[in-house]
Amino acid sequence: MSGRAAMLLAALAAALVALPAVANSYVLSVATLILYLAFTGQAWNVMTGFAGQLSLGHSLYVGVAAYVAGGLFFHYGVGPWAGLWLAMLVCMLLGAAIGFLAFRFGISGVYFALLTIAFAEFTRIGFDHLAWTGGPGGMFLKVAQRDQIDLVHFRGPPAMYYYAMLACTAGAFALCAWLLRSRAGYYWQAIRENEEAAQALGINIFRWKMLAMILSSAMTAVAGVFFAFYYNNLFPEQIFNISRSIEIILGPIIGGVGTLFGPILGAAVLTVLSDAITELLAHYGWEIPGIKQVFYGLVLLAVIVFLPHGIWPVVARRLGVDR
Amino acid sequence: MKAQRGTPSHVRRRVLKAAAASAALSTLGFPAIVRAQATRLKVGVLLPRSGVQALIGQSCQKGADLAPGVLKDVLGVDIELMNADTESNADIARTRAERLVQEGANVLVGAFDSGHTAAIAQVAEQRGVPLVINIAAAPQITEQGYKFVFRNFPTAPDLVRNGLALMGEIFRTTNTAPRTAVFMHVNDTFGQAMAKGISFTLPRLDFLPFKVVDTIPYDPAAKDLTVEVSKAKASNADFLMIVCRLNDAIVMRREMVKQRWNPMGIISPGSPGLYEEQYSKALGRYADYAICNTVWYNPKSDMTKTVERAFKKLNPKDELYFHGTNVGYTYDAIMIAADAFRRSRSTDPKTLADAIRQTDIPVANRMSLGGPIRFNPKGQVEGNLSAAIQNLKGKPTVTLPAEFAEAKVIFPSPDFKRA
Amino acid sequence: MPWDLVANVVIAGVLTGLVYGLMALGLSVIFGVVRVVNFAHGEMMTIAMYAAVVLFAALGLDPFLAIVPVAGAFFALGYAMQAALINPFITRPEHSQFMLLLAVAIIMVNGLLMIFGPDARNVQTEYQLESFELGALLFDEGRVYAAGAALAATGLLFAFFRFTLTGKAIRACADNYLGAKVVGLDVKHLYALTFGLGSACVAVAGCAMAVLLEVTPALGPGYTLLAFVIVIVGGLGSMGGALVGGVLIGVSEALAGLFIAPSAKSMFSFGLLILVLLLRPQGLLGRKG
Repeated sequence: MSGRAAMLLAALAAALVALPAVANSYVLSVATLILYLAFTGQAWNVMTGFAGQLSLGHSLYVGVAAYVAGGLFFHYGVGPWAGLWLAMLVCMLLGAAIGFLAFRFGISGVYFALLTIAFAEFTRIGFDHLAWTGGPGGMFLKVAQRDQIDLVHFRGPPAMYYYAMLACTAGAFALCAWLLRSRAGYYWQAIRENEEAAQALGINIFRWKMLAMILSSAMTAVAGVFFAFYYNNLFPEQIFNISRSIEIILGPIIGGVGTLFGPILGAAVLTVLSDAITELLAHYGWEIPGIKQVFYGLVLLAVIVFLPHGIWPVVARRLGVDR
Repeated sequence: MKAQRGTPSHVRRRVLKAAAASAALSTLGFPAIVRAQATRLKVGVLLPRSGVQALIGQSCQKGADLAPGVLKDVLGVDIELMNADTESNADIARTRAERLVQEGANVLVGAFDSGHTAAIAQVAEQRGVPLVINIAAAPQITEQGYKFVFRNFPTAPDLVRNGLALMGEIFRTTNTAPRTAVFMHVNDTFGQAMAKGISFTLPRLDFLPFKVVDTIPYDPAAKDLTVEVSKAKASNADFLMIVCRLNDAIVMRREMVKQRWNPMGIISPGSPGLYEEQYSKALGRYADYAICNTVWYNPKSDMTKTVERAFKKLNPKDELYFHGTNVGYTYDAIMIAADAFRRSRSTDPKTLADAIRQTDIPVANRMSLGGPIRFNPKGQVEGNLSAAIQNLKGKPTVTLPAEFAEAKVIFPSPDFKRA
Repeated sequence: MPWDLVANVVIAGVLTGLVYGLMALGLSVIFGVVRVVNFAHGEMMTIAMYAAVVLFAALGLDPFLAIVPVAGAFFALGYAMQAALINPFITRPEHSQFMLLLAVAIIMVNGLLMIFGPDARNVQTEYQLESFELGALLFDEGRVYAAGAALAATGLLFAFFRFTLTGKAIRACADNYLGAKVVGLDVKHLYALTFGLGSACVAVAGCAMAVLLEVTPALGPGYTLLAFVIVIVGGLGSMGGALVGGVLIGVSEALAGLFIAPSAKSMFSFGLLILVLLLRPQGLLGRKG
């Protein structure tokens, strides 16, 4: 990467690390949310942006992972670090299963997207009837304390959660950067651009698509476990909801699907935008319920119509970091 | 801060630096160095005014909007409302709560939905700002050992117990003894909690004459309840026991009419829907005689009458009796905060929390129905009562308990046809 | 289980299914020809429902009569949407199309919330609470009329595509885009026409639904999803398929609700969708490829 890009990246990293020292609790909570959305967006980006499989049901992995880790903690007192591995394993198996089914039966494009929605909805209603996870009544995880940093049980002040999410996002970023430059990145690009030609070149489509699915679901699982221990209450209706799936993909699509920085930039812009619109409307006294979402929708519309490749390419050009 | 003529330049520079620093700190959210004496209480109100729960959120908001005026008259305290829309979303509920605290809310009130309320409770506990819950029935919220969370609303198990007890009273008062009931409930957080409570409590009660012959859960998003009503009708039960929400209640009732099913009555042990305006408007005369045993306002209390006058002034085209639960409990939550402020004379959150813990409001001074408002060590008020609200001539009317009744309860319904 | 219970449930399932099919019809036509994923479908139907409610409140117009003006208005709206907004997106990746229509959907839902508030609205006609009786069998009047509208609309659309020149031109576009252009068809206009027709179908469905349901702004997304399930199951681009898919979903949901658990009804539909996607992606009546 160019010297200039490296400098900007370092500056950003320094700012993010220093944030809790200067920000108030509200800004910190918003920042944590942004990082959470950036991380899950990055995970989704692997499946959709890198390997070209549009997933509209990613809340499935968040929910399953949250319930696995949360359930283990709730019923058996198993800590989040142990629960994390099982949650990731289950999600990887799920991702692999869906990927396998899709590949085996030749499902792609819109059909694949609908398949992912169907699985998420199916699971949502299923969990509503599952007694072990508390059914629709929800699962409440006991919060022991929140002052000392207790990494073993993942309990502590808000700054701890912020740094945890920052670490995840940074790790995802590094992983994706490395992947894009590796063989995997090139094969994925080939598959995305022209699957038949890629196959003709001898690329094992099945293997690389499956890799993307498994990686994506594993990363999303980490987000799910975080979610369980950050919010401490889980309801199938909320966590598997299609609106959560949509929330995950807004960032990458607006930021730039398939790019490295897209999901992060998109998540930041959208979250800040959402808050900014609310504040602006409150300032003018236009507090009619629904008006904020109308403005939000108009901005989304404008971006998708005028910047079809997302915001990041434009920003990159301005910053002079695009190759 | 103007430096006066003759002030040495180094003092001027220091003064300017301090002012700049103070301005910079306030943009980051640190309180200004000099704090004015607190004369008004800033109440952050968190409700779902948009999104799927918009209808109920806006109904609760009506209770909040009239509170400052009424509380100025009744308690002599100044309340400033800081309204925030949770947009029916837990993430937004959490960040909005943080924002309100950041902007100086001394106490939080909210948030109708148990999931959102739980998220806000964590913020309240973390920041040490008291939260007075207006409506949220999940029992776990006050089982977390929180020191800053207070709830003046019965938990689902309480609602069930009171609801079933009232059913017994209905049958006693009308000299009826239905032998069977079919239980339909919406399969969401609230409905399931109620269903669990009922299946646990009902067999242990000996004063109820009926048995539940069939339990039919249904999807809250279902627009078509033909199958469910068919099953219920086929059970040949004497009456229908239901836990529902507004839209499905309307669909259900219509379906009952279309399928010509007229049981002895429709009784809810505790849920929204049956007493809401839209139910009566959509169903006309078919809305009558449904009974909902739910928390409500006390029609005979002075506070209720005062609030009703204020409600009518702010909402001339609306009726308080369509918002009994929502307005009653939201107003009372803010009143509890105001009362604590009056006693503590301080807006410091910790002092307020301690004052709230000492709350002791007598029955005549509370709008919602129940005993005196006192918080137990878990921050929960015990003794909130349900009332049997029956739709009579399109108006939800309190029919039981007898000492608060506005009319006599009618059971079985005049439409009742033995199958 | 008494036979009349099962029979009544099945009848209701068929009638409801026909109405679902009507709703999915518009989507099938649009998706089959223009190949655009209309994720604002349910929201458009909600707007049509509100239109019927408003006309009823203002003019006392029965929703089934309101079909004519509302469908006309929606035809124009659909044509404009396609020509002005959606056309450039046909060649763009699916996630872009999805985003575009998602943004439109968000604006529609919240616009409705702003204008009408969250209260449920409805129409109140006499036949809403009536049923036709045939022995022990009950036929819900409102649903019978709605099913009738569905069949009529399908018939009209079928005739249009089969017997008119424009209809054939549109089918040509769907079958072979390049070929159609080569032959000199104004594809852009035909696409917009198709979107307009699909929207008109949605309008008919909305007016019919206004008789059966309470209208709230939040109805949209659930129906969008249902429409997609039906279209996939029944077969893309096949009008008969939309109706058949609708009836299949309606009846299977009803029976699943009756014999298993009513609250798990939708689970069954999604399970069916997964099976169809895997085993017969072209749907029951769709053509392969």
